[in-house]
Amino acid sequence: MKENKKTYWKGLEQLTNDPEFVKNADREFPEAPTVSAEGGASRRDFLKMMGFSIAAASLAACEAPVRKAIPYVNKPVDVNPSVPNYYATTYSSGGDYASIVVKTREGRPIKVEGNKLSSITQGGVNAIVEASVLSLYDKQRLTGPMINGEATDWSTLDNAVSTALNRANNIKIVTNTIISPSTESVLEDLANAVGGADIITYDPVSTFGILQASESFYGFSGLPTYRFDRANVIVSFGADFLGTWISPIEFAKHYSKGRKISTENPNMSRHFQFESNMSLTGANADYRTPIKASQSGLAILALYNLLARRGGGTPVQATTVEIPNLERAADELWAARGRSLVVSGSNDPNVQVVVNAINDLLGNTGETVDFSRPSYFRKGNDVQMNQFVSDLAAGRVGGVIFYNCNPVYDHLRGAEIAEALPNVGISVATNETLNETASLVQYVAPDHHYLESWNDFNPKAGEYSLAQPTITPLFNTRQAQDSFLVWSGSATNYYEYLQTSWRNTLFGGQTDVTDFTEFWDRTLYNGVYSVAGNGSIVELSGMGNVGQAAAEINRNYTADSTNVELVVYQKVGIGTGVHANNPWLQEMPDPVTKATWDNYLTVSQRWAADNNYRMFEGDAKMARITVNGKSFLLPVVVQPGQANGTVGIAVGYGRTKAGRVADGIGINAYELLDNSRGFTNFEVLTGVTVEMTSDSYKVARTQTHETYMRREFVIQEATLGEYRENPAAGRYFPEIYSEGEFVKPSKISLWNGHKYSQHHWGMAIDMNSCIGCGACTVACQVENNVAVVGKEEVLNRREMAWIRIDRYYSSDQSAESYKELEVASDNPEVVFQPMLCQHCNNAPCESVCPVIATSHNSEGLSQMTYNRCIGTRYCANNCPYKVRRFNWFKYHDNKDFAAVNVAQNSDLGKMVLNPDVTVRARGVMEKCSMCVQRIQAGKLAAKRENRKVIDGEIDMACAVACPTDAIVFGDMNDTNSQITKMLKIQDSISATKEVNEERAYHVLEEINVSPNIWYFTKIRNKDKNEA
Amino acid sequence: MQVTSPVREPLVTGGKTYKDITHDVSRQVEGKPSVSWLIGMAVALGVLLLGSIALVATLWEGIGMWGLNKTVGWAWDITNFVWWVGIGHAGTLISAVLLLFRQKWRTSINRAAEAMTIFAVICAAMFPVIHMGRPWLGAYWALPLPNTFGSLWVNFNSPLLWDVFAISTYFSVSLVFWYIGLIPDFATIRDRATGIRKSIYGALSMGWDGAAKTWMRYEAVSLILAGLATPLVLSVHTIVSFDFATSVIPGWHTTIFPPYFVAGAIFSGFAMVLTLMIITRHVFGLKDYITMGHIELMNIVIIITGSIVGIAYITEFFIAWYSGVEAEQYAFVNRMFGPYWWAYWSMMTCNVISPQLFWFKKIRTSIAATFILSIVVNIGMWFERFVIIVTSLHRDFLPSSWVMFYPTLSDVGIYLFTFGLFSTLFLLFAKFFPVINMAEVKSVLKSSSEPKVNNYNGKR
Repeated sequence: MKENKKTYWKGLEQLTNDPEFVKNADREFPEAPTVSAEGGASRRDFLKMMGFSIAAASLAACEAPVRKAIPYVNKPVDVNPSVPNYYATTYSSGGDYASIVVKTREGRPIKVEGNKLSSITQGGVNAIVEASVLSLYDKQRLTGPMINGEATDWSTLDNAVSTALNRANNIKIVTNTIISPSTESVLEDLANAVGGADIITYDPVSTFGILQASESFYGFSGLPTYRFDRANVIVSFGADFLGTWISPIEFAKHYSKGRKISTENPNMSRHFQFESNMSLTGANADYRTPIKASQSGLAILALYNLLARRGGGTPVQATTVEIPNLERAADELWAARGRSLVVSGSNDPNVQVVVNAINDLLGNTGETVDFSRPSYFRKGNDVQMNQFVSDLAAGRVGGVIFYNCNPVYDHLRGAEIAEALPNVGISVATNETLNETASLVQYVAPDHHYLESWNDFNPKAGEYSLAQPTITPLFNTRQAQDSFLVWSGSATNYYEYLQTSWRNTLFGGQTDVTDFTEFWDRTLYNGVYSVAGNGSIVELSGMGNVGQAAAEINRNYTADSTNVELVVYQKVGIGTGVHANNPWLQEMPDPVTKATWDNYLTVSQRWAADNNYRMFEGDAKMARITVNGKSFLLPVVVQPGQANGTVGIAVGYGRTKAGRVADGIGINAYELLDNSRGFTNFEVLTGVTVEMTSDSYKVARTQTHETYMRREFVIQEATLGEYRENPAAGRYFPEIYSEGEFVKPSKISLWNGHKYSQHHWGMAIDMNSCIGCGACTVACQVENNVAVVGKEEVLNRREMAWIRIDRYYSSDQSAESYKELEVASDNPEVVFQPMLCQHCNNAPCESVCPVIATSHNSEGLSQMTYNRCIGTRYCANNCPYKVRRFNWFKYHDNKDFAAVNVAQNSDLGKMVLNPDVTVRARGVMEKCSMCVQRIQAGKLAAKRENRKVIDGEIDMACAVACPTDAIVFGDMNDTNSQITKMLKIQDSISATKEVNEERAYHVLEEINVSPNIWYFTKIRNKDKNEA
Repeated sequence: MQVTSPVREPLVTGGKTYKDITHDVSRQVEGKPSVSWLIGMAVALGVLLLGSIALVATLWEGIGMWGLNKTVGWAWDITNFVWWVGIGHAGTLISAVLLLFRQKWRTSINRAAEAMTIFAVICAAMFPVIHMGRPWLGAYWALPLPNTFGSLWVNFNSPLLWDVFAISTYFSVSLVFWYIGLIPDFATIRDRATGIRKSIYGALSMGWDGAAKTWMRYEAVSLILAGLATPLVLSVHTIVSFDFATSVIPGWHTTIFPPYFVAGAIFSGFAMVLTLMIITRHVFGLKDYITMGHIELMNIVIIITGSIVGIAYITEFFIAWYSGVEAEQYAFVNRMFGPYWWAYWSMMTCNVISPQLFWFKKIRTSIAATFILSIVVNIGMWFERFVIIVTSLHRDFLPSSWVMFYPTLSDVGIYLFTFGLFSTLFLLFAKFFPVINMAEVKSVLKSSSEPKVNNYNGKR
């Protein structure tokens, strides 16, 4: 064909290249068709809608498989499919407290996050709070009221209970600590209505000692507000304040503030810990001294005397005891008067009196420990409870109401309660499940789950928060407070009661808002409410008598006991055992032992050597432990750092009626406790024998190798002194020989590198802030639908965690050979290293996948395409960080895993799944996705608003959950992001970021896989690395 | 025809004639199955059935039936894979490389060796498929097939994909080579057979007419295929070794792997050929065809390759020390003295020390000793792969992930399954196919077994 050179123009405009024309050249119509900006249907929309309706109608006529998807007849205003709603509410169980925000999808709560507005928990959560959303969907929950084990309806129950209560004399209401003022007043109303019932408060793990000591010392019974953030020197005697003691989220948040260092502020708190068991807190201490429980009182007394001498005061009579580091602690406490803090986990009031005296002596009272602004986390009274059990056993109790407590299980005299309960005239329980106590009472009036309830809380003087339902009740349960109101003959319901009470007190006490509805809505929206004012809230009177307490201590503690001593403790995940039936918590490795699904006896390394006992992997032996006549078999776990001569057992196990998950694991350690001295003593100093047996047992631990083999490419650490001299102290700079010179590994690469023109997601993990609590691991499990695999599969080393916390002990300084390095020292230094997919720029996993099921995206993420994965596992083998997890079996919809993986095996459990994350099939690989669903949601939100993503609006589940803000996630291409500033990234364009922060390092830098995750060196505030 | 010195030892003993050869080999195919064959077959099928329980369980329940875990993602599966591939090396080496080098002694053993190769590769190829989490997809997604998934393609960077190509090429070339060699012998059997057997062997022999031109083509094809197969002998195990060598795992990331793997493969392949030939020659009475000379020559190859492997082991240690890489050094010390020390020392004893016994003529010419040592070598070579795969993986960079691997019944069962499969196939081959290449043996009968005049050393 002949070439045609003719040009046709649409018109003169084209010829002249009129700008107006050029702009619209591609459009069908030069002017955009008018579309009403304000919504409403235009003609075109009408046609579209009509077309769609016809298509939809004809499709609907075809038979499509619909599986239990029930559309709304009338769509609720604020429920949009796939758009999450967030509600501020409050988690509380016993005295444990966290202000939270609950994410709901299509009306189902699926994720719990911390409420940043709370002045107490400050956006932090812990593992138990994170996991609590699953207990909402627990099959073990009662579905309706019961009378004598038979299902009934509420009106029958109410009639029966009201009649019985009116007939009964001497009624007791038993509860754990209640921090809800309205609940307390409802209970008081009930107590009055039934003729003056006693309300008995106890706590499974009580702090009665502190309450008593403050009573005798300050004339006021309450817990102080501890301010770990204000303390430069922290001395803790057995108080696991980062893990389980009183308010661990708050304390961890505060504590971490003193542990964050930078070149601008090279200061950190110094933390001494004196304890018998290796606690999470002890693992984070700068100086940790294992002491026998029998010495603990004397150690505190000795500290008092040391300080008294320095202050020119009068030392008290004290049995001498040799405690390493005590002298140093005294010196430093004295130097940091008013900026230090001494706490003790002991429940002995005498010990707590001395602790009060020490803090007084140091001028800490009012600064770091403030009794005048009390907190209400624990109100349990051991004496009252003991009296109640005696009364019950003696038949002096006519009726008993158990408000969400389980003393048959978690009180040391539980067996007596169980025995006496059938003889009580009327017994009522409001527990959500038919637990050890509820299964023995006549009337069970099951309470709502906390996510279905209204409530208010007053965790601390002047601090309030609200709880609101995030879902309509799943079962025919009723909020316990409503039950109490009914039984006390009140016509109102609890919601109105709550509002009335708030209207009368808090609303009345403020002037900012004039309309109550507005006040209420605002508080509900925020979740928290603080009463202004900084002054003392409680007047303290008098000063206690140290001398008398000292005499008691001298009598009850010995410096040279050769007895085996038992120290009962709580695990970070299991706590008091209330939530033991939650498989997420059972499978969460204990932060220190890394054991899952089990209860065991911790022994010292010395004891193990003396008894010729060695654990290899999960292989353990059972020991017979006899405590004052009660004898149990428990597997033995060797715990470096355990004080020689002591053994530890965790409470929270030995449940018999918790449910499928927890029943039959371990023993009930509450039974071993001692109350001979008027308080529940968690240290059993006499009458304990431990004997090895030859019975084998397997303890499922996720990490079985204890030390890091002094591998600098894994853990880089230094002391504070070294850091002050050189911010890069402890860093390891590998160099590789190439073409005649030594160069940084990143200078040699086979790859051309990626281009990240938009975002470049990265993460910085501060090993100094990380306390190893494991909240992130559970948060990840919830967010990403990570399967629970059960003890057997953990033993097979197949847990699915996407993020884990590696816990390493130090080896002895003298250790040289590999064999010696493998052994932890007797009292090791501990380091926690959260380990997750490093999203390597030169990812070894990506290059080996034969089908490109794992690939790199344009924003620095290493992604998994589950659909494409054929499961060769080559990627997992080639991952130097071993963070990839394979679906060895089908974990969902599989009866073999139904008992443990409850979130993926029943219709009820599946309600907790995050609909944005695929549940992985059998035979595919999975790993941390850097919460790509959250990144996507954040980017879409920004796009919808036609703006850039703001730093902080996208955050990973682990980073959000972290109570110490050790994990920082962000866009490294954004020059203003927190992560860019933390890492001191200057060149923000290239994919391989040059980081100028001296502490930041890559794990395994020498193999140049170029991770997008940086770790900050661990800095210990001690003179030299001693262990 | 080549000129052969009459002083050479005859390749076929016992004064066999051409007719004897035809008869000795064909009678196995023509006769009723012997009792020993039936017993062997029963055992083989029994093992196959037993093993298939494990195989079915794995396919039904998932890879979790094996002892693998988060750190050790491959263990018995890939150990068995590499082990079988290694065994599958001898056949091609004997038929192709020795053909090119005009080694006439190969003629009486090449048929069986090639058969063994093919069956071993079948056993080997099974593992990459069943070790996948989703073999029903992986079996074809691992191939570069055009598809409707968009522009979705395989990853040409992945050594696993190279494996797919290497193994499939090797298998097809070996199969064709083996079958071409069988055609003249099938024709011989066809000519002796009657009835339905005549038709079957007739079909198998593809109308072979024995014409000079046919023979010429046959010779040409054999040479071409030998030329094609020879590089494959080197490439297959080189590529298999890339699975490890290209990774970052200490103990895998080693440039010495390709030659070391090839030597090891020949080593184990020859050992397996010896094991099988000693049994076959005994059961089928083929002592005059597979002579002591054959056995001795093969034992010498075993000494050489065994020594190469031994040097490779030592070199790895030297490099680990010389590199100054901490994780690498630990990996090798851990091999020797870690929890899997017994696997390492079994490997060293079986692979490095035991073949050295063949320096003694008495041992290398003893049937019993050869038989035992040939099995010992293959045990050692299994341990070598186990040591490389499991001891490297189980303790790599981060001590937090260090674990142990313990095999399960399914691991053992699937290994047994491959034994059952291999034995079944080999027994079927031994019964229904001519185990010795009659045509080629006939070609070496005259040239080298001429009665010797004036025997210089007084023998015979």
